[in-house]
Amino acid sequence: MTSAISVDRLEVIFDRFRALKGVSLDVQPGESFGLVGESGSGKSTLLRAIVGLAPVASGGIAVNGKTLGPRRDKAFYREVQMVFQDPYGSLHPRQTVDRLLQEPLAIHGFADSEKRIERALDEVGLGKGFRFRYAHQLSGGQRQRVAIARALILEPSILLLDEPTSALDASVQAEVLNLLEEVRRRRKLTFLMVSHDLAIITHMCERLMVMQNGGTVENLAASDLVERRVTKDYTRNLLRASDGFVRV
Amino acid sequence: MSAAVQSRRDWLLSDRPASRAQARLGRAYVAWRRFTANRLAVVGLLIILALVVVAALADVLAPYSPTIGDLKNARLLAPGAAHWFGTDDLGRDIYSRIVYGSRWTLYVVILVAIIAAPIGLLVGTVAGYAGGWTDAILMRVTDIFLAFPKLVLALAFVAALGPGIENAVIAIAITSWPPYARIARAETLTVRNSDYIKAVQLMGASPFRIVLRHIMPLCISSLIIRVTLDMAGIILTAAGLGFLGLGAQPPLPEWGAMIASGRRFILDQWWVAGAPGGAILIVSLGFNLLGDGLRDALDPRSGDQ
Amino acid sequence: MSALLDVEDLRVTFPTRVGLVEAVRGVSFSLGRERLGIVGESGSGKSQTGRAIMGLTPPQARISAKTLSFDGIDLLAASPRERRALRGNRIAMILQDPKYSLDPVMSIGRQIVETLRTHEKVSKAEARERALAMLEAVQIRDPKRVFDLHPHEVSGGMGQRAMIAMMLIAGPEMMIADEPTSALDVTVQLEVLGILDRLVSQRGMGLIFISHDLRLVSSFCDRVLVMYAGKVVEQLKASELSQAQHPYTRGLLNCMPRIDADRHPLPVLDRKPEWAA
Repeated sequence: MTSAISVDRLEVIFDRFRALKGVSLDVQPGESFGLVGESGSGKSTLLRAIVGLAPVASGGIAVNGKTLGPRRDKAFYREVQMVFQDPYGSLHPRQTVDRLLQEPLAIHGFADSEKRIERALDEVGLGKGFRFRYAHQLSGGQRQRVAIARALILEPSILLLDEPTSALDASVQAEVLNLLEEVRRRRKLTFLMVSHDLAIITHMCERLMVMQNGGTVENLAASDLVERRVTKDYTRNLLRASDGFVRV
Repeated sequence: MSAAVQSRRDWLLSDRPASRAQARLGRAYVAWRRFTANRLAVVGLLIILALVVVAALADVLAPYSPTIGDLKNARLLAPGAAHWFGTDDLGRDIYSRIVYGSRWTLYVVILVAIIAAPIGLLVGTVAGYAGGWTDAILMRVTDIFLAFPKLVLALAFVAALGPGIENAVIAIAITSWPPYARIARAETLTVRNSDYIKAVQLMGASPFRIVLRHIMPLCISSLIIRVTLDMAGIILTAAGLGFLGLGAQPPLPEWGAMIASGRRFILDQWWVAGAPGGAILIVSLGFNLLGDGLRDALDPRSGDQ
Repeated sequence: MSALLDVEDLRVTFPTRVGLVEAVRGVSFSLGRERLGIVGESGSGKSQTGRAIMGLTPPQARISAKTLSFDGIDLLAASPRERRALRGNRIAMILQDPKYSLDPVMSIGRQIVETLRTHEKVSKAEARERALAMLEAVQIRDPKRVFDLHPHEVSGGMGQRAMIAMMLIAGPEMMIADEPTSALDVTVQLEVLGILDRLVSQRGMGLIFISHDLRLVSSFCDRVLVMYAGKVVEQLKASELSQAQHPYTRGLLNCMPRIDADRHPLPVLDRKPEWAA
């Protein structure tokens, strides 16, 4: 079986700074894979390198068995889409939801855009009432739903999620996580999800990779974390930190 | 009645627009409310509207011909009932000349805006988005244009192209796009790395489409503001060229040229130069007030209300 | 235990285009020399409560309260000068992101020295000594080096420690910390909280810890106020969080994913209009 995403000894260098130091990973089709780490660990850079937003210095990336060159073609973006962290920054401030959703359809020449936009909005639980609103007329959670709708409207098989809920309130986070799980089940999507929160990754993913300073710390299954079967000190620290403050 | 007005306002300000048109109108209405909250801006708008009306109805409003005067009986008459702003040395009614001159002022202003703003917008957004060599080359060209004093450069162009109002317009347009390119580039640089532009890139959009449909609309409002504020300067440059004899040629009733020809009598017959001077002053002021109001209404940074 | 801060029926109102909006609607509590947590989601009025006490509410907003007194001083009746004297000297505040609260063009050490010298008459040499000691107290390993660094040259965690050092140098009696660790990585977050905890208990200060993170607050504070829509919906001891009564508090606790619980889908909060009433 070919992997949905296969990353082989990937190096990313920004102006001499090595943001990724030879990271490899393999995500199976339909799997949900998590990347955990603190800021500067390179977890977001890995996502950006896959979609072509970060300069790859060496190493290889393959999606659905196809090795990617330095340029991504249109067909690639119909397979892979991404949801950004900041719902306030990822929607164009001068465009209505309708325009935002129309754009990918226009670029890829879909004919039945009316129906698709309505269906996409229904799917993320927004409905027709939101279609002609501007981003500033939406709450953070609603914006993130629009961003998810935009990512799904091209019917990709792989969704990259860059801390999709870290800017949201806890109660809204639960709603968005539930939505993501639901669309994944319905569309049999492959997820590659980045978060600094171990609990979110264990909740959402089957396997995960812990990252630090642009490198891999260890690969785990979510069940390993639940049973606290971790081998590296760094992961143990993260686990302890996620329990909250302990007075000494 | 007032209930109907109220419900229309609610419809415009609705947080839940039901159609594309309602969303767009609502946005325009919010900008309009912000604009009208500034009284001076409304005064500016009225001045500019008055200019347009005067220019459109010049044939009706002007009692005399702007080019043919009464050399025998009406030379250099002081302002009075027959000639509101007096007459000039060729016996032409100055009021009529100013009324017709408004057409030339509008002509200059509109043509310059139509030529200079799109050039600046295109150069600026392309340079800002492309970066690298494209950016370096385009911006150095811009710098070269910026390095000359505007009037001197315009003079050089007119000298090369020959005097005349069309050439004056071209010369002014060529000298006034660089600041617009700068603004558009600065604006582009602030948005090109934003997530919403990245998101469009990830849709597979071509650079051309991104610049045209996603970046340009964001630059347009600051450009409109800047162009409006520059209008006064454009009118003055046109008047300056006219004054130097390189713009409008006699007997065209262009305001700058009128001042130039009135200069000889400025001490004894002040109205010959004073009346067109006053007209330039009022229209320039109008554009400046309008520009300030537009800045409040269109400022992209207050776009989120 | 005498109350350090008394708040009764605090209201903060903002004028907007559509009329007056009450961000804080009648909040009452008192603070002793303890750690009090204020928890709520965005728009709950938790930050505006802290700002109102600190006197940092935007000028167009209106504040009213039956009582708002710090150590017997009526804060609403105090002149701007008196409030300025209180700020920094007896009441300190730490904000979320040190990047925005530290002066970018002044070295960290100088900022701490300046703060100290505006509140106390001390010589330059002594101020420097005390600033270095303070940097050491917030567990900065090489205080002499950090003293001369500018805010952009240090990491987020280091910046927040410098901020705490600056806030504590004048020896305040009460501190308001508004999301002091939300911009930090989890492991750094705990270090900073540890430092804060130690200094607060050593100096016997009163602390108001404002956060959106119910679990973090309850593990750090003695007492927790839960705010919703500008009101306090529940007040409880941090140790008794699991016995929370109000459906909002319970919902907030429940909706977070947990490592050791497999719940699909996550329970979501069903907001009832009567909570805001």
